[in-house]
Amino acid sequence: MNLRKAEEKLFNILMRIAACIIFGSLFAISFTILVKGIPNMSWDMISKTPSGGFYLGKEGGILNAIIGSFYLAIGATIFALILTIPMVIYMNVYASPNSRLSNIVRLCLDIMFGIPSIVYGAFGFVLMLFLGLKVSLLAGIVVVGLLILPIIARTMDEVMRNAPKELKDASFSLGATKWETAFKVMVRQSLPGLATAALLGFGRAIGDAASVIFTAGFTDNIPHSINDPVATLPLAIFFQLSSPIAEVRERAYAAALILTIIIFGISLLSRYLIKKYSKHTV
Amino acid sequence: MEQNIPHISIRNLNMKYGNNHALKDINIDIPNKKVTAIIGPSGCGKTTLLKTFNRLIENVDGTDIQGEVLVDGENIYAKNADVPNIRKKMGLLSQRPMPLPMSIFDNIAFGMRIHGERKKNVLKEKVEYYLQQASLWEEVKDRLNQPAARLSIGQQQRLCLARGLAVEPEIILGDEPTSALDPISTKHIETKFTELKEKYTIVMVTHILRQAKRIADYVVFMYLGEIIEHGPTLEVLNNPKHKLTQEYVGGVIS
Repeated sequence: MNLRKAEEKLFNILMRIAACIIFGSLFAISFTILVKGIPNMSWDMISKTPSGGFYLGKEGGILNAIIGSFYLAIGATIFALILTIPMVIYMNVYASPNSRLSNIVRLCLDIMFGIPSIVYGAFGFVLMLFLGLKVSLLAGIVVVGLLILPIIARTMDEVMRNAPKELKDASFSLGATKWETAFKVMVRQSLPGLATAALLGFGRAIGDAASVIFTAGFTDNIPHSINDPVATLPLAIFFQLSSPIAEVRERAYAAALILTIIIFGISLLSRYLIKKYSKHTV
Repeated sequence: MEQNIPHISIRNLNMKYGNNHALKDINIDIPNKKVTAIIGPSGCGKTTLLKTFNRLIENVDGTDIQGEVLVDGENIYAKNADVPNIRKKMGLLSQRPMPLPMSIFDNIAFGMRIHGERKKNVLKEKVEYYLQQASLWEEVKDRLNQPAARLSIGQQQRLCLARGLAVEPEIILGDEPTSALDPISTKHIETKFTELKEKYTIVMVTHILRQAKRIADYVVFMYLGEIIEHGPTLEVLNNPKHKLTQEYVGGVIS
């Protein structure tokens, strides 16, 4: 009897410790970024592109990287959605969710998910040479799009697979076609999850450095066309941190703060969307 | 269609899930504008048989179907069969009512919309009409824009009935449609079924013998994927001929 009680107690303590470590890490990261970032924050940081040798620590901001990151992440998310939505709908409505094809696709996505982002970057570079593309927003969108494709696809797939099985039958028995069942019933039911999937992909896209270093490049300017190179926040942080000048290194924390705020905003947005779109789900 | 012409005729129907021979040489005629109850112990293939009527069984993995199901004389398993239109002929009530993820109004209007009805005033009129048909109108008329999922289970099942009727079917299929419902909601559905058989052919699966007795005109008794006995309700339930039917009706097997 006492042993069982001790068991309960031990696990209770272990779980509390785990929760504290998780909470503590988040707190420590946020605290560091805030403390080191705020003194370096200025209106110029978010409203100006680098000028007068920013990387030598003179003036300007990182507007190029903020705008560039949004361009790249939005483009990559749209690119990935165009590929994943039809695929996920095919797997779950047209084919059976448990069919061999669907399971093979899932396996492929899981493998893609496990490939490190630097490999996507290297692959993207080879692809660009092959296609004669130069370092550009377009190349970045394609490679980052492929990077986030498995995250978006697997999340959406999980959501659609968890929709009640009878829902499809209900729609079919009213004489709905597969198309109508997919887009008017299943998508509606899965909307909160689909929105979360897209935002999850967006968050990953905006935060990844390794896949863009050879493909999207870096520039002090805001891109004017899809063929221009584009700066991104993670790379801005990376370059700032590797600067020999202490003042520039300090400014990396301001960039990190901006990136963290964006990601935080996306999490809040996804929570809001889940609530909003859940109104009609069954 | 005439009263005595069968509405659904099944000819040499066999169905296998992998190695499991789920339906064996099924031959049966379902009479027009009557309530037919399919009874039998759990796992005997009642629901499977029902789902072959509108080809929903095809969505279950690994099924292999052979034979013919004739609805109004047409084989619905013919190669060129128009599956959505076959399904439109039959309204389905499932064990657990499954409202669509939309408002009460849109649940009823969904079927009419996909079959081409666009006029708002027509939709409005028909939604009211079919909700009345399912005895739900009074309870929901002030909250048609609310999510259907917020209705009680009993109301949801009547909503599903209204939704099915709205696509103007000829046949109503019920897969133990009252098994998730409370006694009062069950009575609602049973009363509806006896009213609706004036206009519709009704086939329902049930595991409740008394329910079959109350509302069915014909009874089909199945055991391990085979039809053992079928005929008018009182005949089969009061004077079963086959030994298995006698045991089932007598409560020896269930």
